[in-house]
Parts: sequence; structure tokens; C-alpha cells
Amino acid sequence: MLQKNKYFFTVLVLILIIMLLCAVSFGAVSIRISEMFSAVWHFVKSEKPANIYEAVFLQIRLPRVLLCAVTGAILSASGVLMQGLFRNPIVEPGLVGTSAGAAFGASVVFVLSAGMAPHIKAITGPFLVPLFAFAGGLLATYIVYSLSKNMRKVSITSLLLIGIAVNAIGLSGTGFMSYLARDPQARSITFWSLGTFSGATWSQFFITAVVAGIIFIIALRYSKQLNALLLGEEEASYLGVDTDRLKRRVMIINTAMVSVATAFVGVISFMGLIVPHVLRLLIGSDNKKLLPASMIAGAVLLTLADLGARLLLAPAEIPIGIITSFVGAPIFILLLKKFDILQEKGGFYA
Amino acid sequence: MLSTQGIYYSIGKKEILKNISIDFLPGEFNMILGPNGSGKSTFLKVFSGEIKPSKGEVFVDNKALSTIKKEALAKVRAVMTQQPELSFPLSVEEVVMMGRYPHFDFNPAKKDEIICAEAIEKMQIVHLKGRNYLTLSGGEKQRVQFARVLAQIWEQPASGNRYLFLDEPLANLDINYQQEFLKLAKALVQFKTVLVAVMHDINLAVQYADKLFFLKAGELVVSGTPSAILSEKIIKEVFDVDTRIITNPVDGTPFMLYV
Repeated sequence: MLQKNKYFFTVLVLILIIMLLCAVSFGAVSIRISEMFSAVWHFVKSEKPANIYEAVFLQIRLPRVLLCAVTGAILSASGVLMQGLFRNPIVEPGLVGTSAGAAFGASVVFVLSAGMAPHIKAITGPFLVPLFAFAGGLLATYIVYSLSKNMRKVSITSLLLIGIAVNAIGLSGTGFMSYLARDPQARSITFWSLGTFSGATWSQFFITAVVAGIIFIIALRYSKQLNALLLGEEEASYLGVDTDRLKRRVMIINTAMVSVATAFVGVISFMGLIVPHVLRLLIGSDNKKLLPASMIAGAVLLTLADLGARLLLAPAEIPIGIITSFVGAPIFILLLKKFDILQEKGGFYA
Repeated sequence: MLSTQGIYYSIGKKEILKNISIDFLPGEFNMILGPNGSGKSTFLKVFSGEIKPSKGEVFVDNKALSTIKKEALAKVRAVMTQQPELSFPLSVEEVVMMGRYPHFDFNPAKKDEIICAEAIEKMQIVHLKGRNYLTLSGGEKQRVQFARVLAQIWEQPASGNRYLFLDEPLANLDINYQQEFLKLAKALVQFKTVLVAVMHDINLAVQYADKLFFLKAGELVVSGTPSAILSEKIIKEVFDVDTRIITNPVDGTPFMLYV
């Protein structure tokens, strides 16, 4: 069993490396491996890029692909955490309002900060957007969670319905902000509510990666307790888990990482749904394995989706949220259907 | 020893438990009986520490339950609830390992793995080890859960007792496993174990219990050894059914027939 898992992780990491290389190489201009190496070499020697290909690689392609991979990892990890928390496989940040709330929070700052004095904006800018995104995301998630909880059990129907309502509020809020905004920001907001990596920068990648890294380590520490929660809240508490504290903490760290990602790249739905579901069928639900595996697989899948976003209508670009929803929503419907049928038999994975 | 002193519990205006004071001693198989809605399961939740009583206190080895940390308690006290359901697929082995969660930090120690293997063997579920828990039958799930609970309190603590509470543990078991299960539980009692079970089947309870506690409408009606307290009058009072009590020809315990 353990041996098989080691093998599984090695394969997954290999796929990720190949995927990243492909994603960096293909695009409006294709970049050869040799050009990548020489670009890195020139960068290390702090020389200027030798040609346009090296510049595209260093300043546009690489940060974009890396930000995309980290975001994919975050969204999938979030799917695992939220599904564990809600004890339900059809939960993910796009459905329970986390992403929409975060997008709204971020859009508020985006529009209002246009009127701010430039020197204040320079100081608060990079942190204000993720911070407001976090506040918005946390509020939205909390509303959905507390309203859908009935007698200590989360009802799926009310969860989805309240999720729709909170999503609508978040999206209309974002829409209103874009209505208020003058042209340049407005364009970003519309683009942004569909998700895009077109504006990726190195600093966005570094902030997201640091947040993702820290939170991954914390989340992994909670994997045992989240496993216990699979048995039910009462049983988990008999195993010594303070379930209320666990739920509070997991919700906060989950919202933090989704918000930071959403603040930079917009709402990308259904990633957190597909990846954990497929992996559960392959390696089971032990969060200690599921969490890292989902992060790697999520990175692969979102990088692939972004490659599609760049290539399908090249040189034009499709917002990535459109692609993930197009592929993810049918899978979601299939899941619901399956859930409906199997519910009496004891659930999804029987 | 587990001792409940003057336990009251109410939800809103409705009193679920009224002034229950019981001492559960180690070395005895204690069984709680009573009709539906008599507060049996609620009472179990109170002395398990899952819900706080409105009034009164529970003492675990003379320490107030409310002062004991959840993590510490989980090392010596295990509870088997009625049919816990998993929300996601896990193998039988992984479910049993959950019983060791209170004992290790991140990765299970060698000792934890050995204990799980022994618990799995004891419950005769070795052949199910790698199976997805969700695909098991009700009775198989029950045995897996019992293995998990056993693994949790496998070792005797250095001081004090260990505690095992069972809420209607026989519900899904075939009759051969019911007997097996009760024998196994009873064998545990000898090793500094406080064992309390909420039971449904009175005849089975009488056959294995050292002490019976009858609850009705949230109150303790009577308690004592089966042969001392079981009578047609008591059963009529608690369950409102007419019965005849004869002597069980197999082991000489009282045996109840419905008339």
C-alpha cells in the first residue's frame, strides 16, 4: 500500500514537471528549452535577456505558469479542506461563496483605491486587496456554513441554495463596483470575475506561494483531525478532537489561501471539485495523502486549463474561469446525479 | 470508577434527565435499559462528556469530568455510538487506526500498528482489512467500529481505569456475533475497565450484565443485579408490558417471556 503510494506521488510529480515545461514552452510565441536555460543563465549573471524570447520567458511566461500552478494547488487543497469540513464531496470554494465573496472584497478596494492619494496607495496597495478579499471570502463562507447547518448536520440542498444566493450577492456586488468604476478598472473587473492569469507578475507569484506553503504545512497538521471528522462530529470528539475549534481554524486558513489567490487571478470555479473527487477514487480519503496529492494534481490541471486558455483562440485569450466551468460544471452535474441515486445505498463512494 | 452525581439535563423547558446519581464500578458489566425516549442515550452522552449537564457533575476516577481535557480523556475513554457513517471512502485498516489517533501525533508508531492488527484479529475482520468501509454490511461495519474503539483503549493506563461506553452495540449484529461480542466485552471488564452499555434486548442484558439500571422518563427507577431486581412488576412499571419471568434453563438467569 505504502509502496504503491510512493510510486503514485513520483508519477504525479513527473507529470507536473512535464506539464510546467510544456506550459512555459507553448504560447503565442514558443520558447525552446535551450532559450529557457540561456535566459536563466543571463538572469543569474544579472545580464539583460539576449532576445525577445528570453524576455517573454522571464517576465511573462514563467511567472504566469508558476502563479497558475500555485493557484491550482490552492484551489484543490481548498476543495479537500472544505469537503472535509462540510463532510460532503460537492463543496468547493466557487460554490459556497468563498471565491465570489473574495472577489467582491477585492473589487471594492480595486475601485475605491483609485481615488486614494498615490503615496498611500503605494504602501497599502499590495496588501489591501488580499486583505479585503479575505474579509469578503470569510464572511461569505461563514454565512453559507451557518445557514446551511441544521441540527449539527449540513443539509446539502440548503447548502447549494444558500451558496447560489451568496454567490449572486457577491457577483452583483462585483458588478456594481465595475459599474462605478471608470474604464481601465472596469475592464479588469469583468475579466476578473471570469478568472485570468494574463496579468501575472513575479510578486503575485511569491505572495501566493508563500501563503500556500505556510497554509499547506498548517493544514497537513490538521489532517488527522480532519480524518476523524469523517466519522462524524460526535465520534471525532470522542477521539479527543475539539471539533468547533477545528472547524473555525480550517475555515479561516482555507479562506485565507483562496482569498489571496482570488485577489490576484479572479474567480476560478470547479477546480476544487474535480481534483479531490478523482483522487479519492484513486488513493482513498486519508487527508494526509489526499491533501498533497490534490495540490500537485490541481497544479497540473489548472496549468493545462491555462494552456488551453492561451492556445484555443490564439493569439486571443479566453478567461480561464470559462474553461474550468465548461469542463467542471458537467462533472458537477454528474456528481449530483450519482449522489441522488446512491444516497440510499450509503453515499457516493460505496 | 465513574460516578454521576445529581445529573439534570433539559432542552428548553423539557427535562430529559432528572437527578440521576449512579456509580459505575470497574470489573462489572453495567447495562442501562429503558423504553425509547427514557433518556438512555442522552445520559450516555452526558457521562461521555459530549454534552454538559444542566446541573450535577460527572466524576472520572474522582476527578470532575469538566476539568479533564478532551485529548487526555480520549486516551482512556472510548465510546461506540450507533452506526457511525463515513462521509468518504477509507479502508477498514484506516478506520481502525483512527482509534489510535489520541495516542500519536502525526505518524502512527510501530506500537499503534501492532495494536490495530491485534484489534482487527480480535474482531475477526482480517479478511476485510483492505476493503472500502462504505461497501461493508451493517454488521461488518459494527465489527470494524468495535475494533476501532478497542484499539483506542487497548492498553491499560498506568494509573486509574479505562472506560468503554457502548450505545446499543448489538443493533446490526447477527445472533452469533451478538453473543461473541458480549463475551468479548465482558472479558475486558477484568482488566481495570469501567464498562457501560445502553441495551435494547432485556434477555441478552440479563444474561451478561453484572448490574442493571432501569431508566424511565429521565429518572432512575431501580438498579441492582439482574437476579435481585428483575421482576414482572418492574418490567410492567418501566416498559408497560405484561411479562412472565422464568428461569433460563441454560444458565439459571432470569428469562423474560411476553404474555
